[in-house]
Amino acid sequence: MSELLLSGVPRRALVLLAALLAALVAFPLLVNDYFITVLILILYFAYVGQAWNIMMGFAGQLSLGHALYVGLGAYAAAALYVHFGISPWIGLGASIVISAAAGAAIGFLAFRFGVAGVYFAILTIAFGEFARIGFDHWHWVGGSAGFFLPVANYTRNDLLYLRGSPTMFYYLFLGITVAAFVLCHALLRSRAGYYWLAIRESPEAAQALGIDIFRYKMYAVTLSAAMTSLGGVLFAFYYNNLFPEQVFHISRSIELILGPIIGGIGTLFGPIIGAFLLTALAESLHEVMAAFGIDVPGIKQVFYGFCLLLVVMFLPDGVWPPLARRLGLGRAPSKRSEG
Amino acid sequence: MAALLAVEGISKSFRGLRAVQDVSFEVPQGEIVALIGPNGAGKTTCFNMIAGVFRPDAGRVTFAGARIDGHRSDQICRAGIGRTFQLVKPFAGLSVMENVMVGALNACAGVREARDRARQVIEQLGLGGKTDLLAASLTLPDRKRLEVARALATGPRLLLLDEVMAGLRPTETDHMVALFRELNATLGLTILLIEHVMRAVMALSGRVIVLHHGQVIASGTPAQVTRDPAVLECYLGEEAV
Repeated sequence: MSELLLSGVPRRALVLLAALLAALVAFPLLVNDYFITVLILILYFAYVGQAWNIMMGFAGQLSLGHALYVGLGAYAAAALYVHFGISPWIGLGASIVISAAAGAAIGFLAFRFGVAGVYFAILTIAFGEFARIGFDHWHWVGGSAGFFLPVANYTRNDLLYLRGSPTMFYYLFLGITVAAFVLCHALLRSRAGYYWLAIRESPEAAQALGIDIFRYKMYAVTLSAAMTSLGGVLFAFYYNNLFPEQVFHISRSIELILGPIIGGIGTLFGPIIGAFLLTALAESLHEVMAAFGIDVPGIKQVFYGFCLLLVVMFLPDGVWPPLARRLGLGRAPSKRSEG
Repeated sequence: MAALLAVEGISKSFRGLRAVQDVSFEVPQGEIVALIGPNGAGKTTCFNMIAGVFRPDAGRVTFAGARIDGHRSDQICRAGIGRTFQLVKPFAGLSVMENVMVGALNACAGVREARDRARQVIEQLGLGGKTDLLAASLTLPDRKRLEVARALATGPRLLLLDEVMAGLRPTETDHMVALFRELNATLGLTILLIEHVMRAVMALSGRVIVLHHGQVIASGTPAQVTRDPAVLECYLGEEAV
């Protein structure tokens, strides 16, 4: 397995990866809580961006409703914990099943009836909105007034019930981000990975080469939804409060895909580097403006828009592919082209 | 010997335009058969009905003894029919190797095996030096070769070739013809080709079927059909006969 994972990866890439991982592991020892919270945000976006990338970057299916899976995952695990005292590790199972089922249902509707491209994207938005409105009126989980987890006791990390310090959550988010990276790397080298890329590039040709495109698109949406919901579970237990208007809002879905778009859709590092750039820059901007006593509501969104504009104009493949070439890592395994 | 592919009375209309009407023909196991005819004769529509892109309005298609009309194109590929597209559809963002591997995975149990098979097919098609290039960067003749390589990598018993010689230079055509002959002789690969390049049709096919206005107007050996008055008329006009 390790041979399969590592074969063909440039030595230089492995060294850089190891260095990056070591730095990420050591970070909490070196920085204060504020930086840890920013890093958690970066890792969260890197993780869910990676999950979204399986659908869009690999299989070519644009979802603009991934907040749905974050929210379903978050609410399922949180509700089981608050109402029944069930450990989030068990709740996680429920979250994954519910989100995967939702993803599969949307995928089935779309792929069976030939809803593709922009229309598929609109369908995913619609389901996100259904959930937002539905949860607004579902009082068992707090409705529009919000759903709250008992606030953590920071003196002790309880890994079983995910109650603890930001540092604990930092390592959890780091763990799932690394796991998602390794999984995606392995997937790209598997039959499913090749089939997804083929479907992304030309569904007709893919089908003519014997690929059951319905089945493989279903795999992509189900896996992506399941992975995204895991991010939602950690999100819920880290922030301790959930509001439908925030969790399911379309702006969350958009935020979640900016990382991979800016970093490089379809690449393994794109979601990570995109999440890092966006979050770090937005936070810095916030700090600088705060230092000058300037408070402009919505400045983060304007900033995201500006970043997106620059990337679309000057780096249509994202930041990572040209950076990878500069670092001597060759082209990313699934580089998109203009053709 | 029983025919590998039997097409019986298939028809297809597009909004009242009858593209193919009651076409029947057979492709015997191990033979190379050409489907020719003027532009708009319904050749590609016939192909698309065999390959599962369109369901015939009427008639049946039988492959290796089983009905395949109305099946999806991926099922038909897995049943043993590989096809190329007249308007090539390379996976532009993937390398030549990755393109061919996608096809090879249809015939192989694992990725590693598919890579070996793909490498072999790429060599056969003369794309050996271009393994790592993106398909988007290939010239049209190379894209045609890639199209053939991908279809061949799926391990078909019957290969459907839709104008793969168009745009090739005569020497390249000869190379392609030699390759198909070799595959036919060594693997017993059966081939049905649509072709305008008569040099290739004459050199390759044992039997030629001529379509005109969606109907079969002649069939026989290349020598027979080129002497057939109906064929001459549809290609050259009435005065020439």
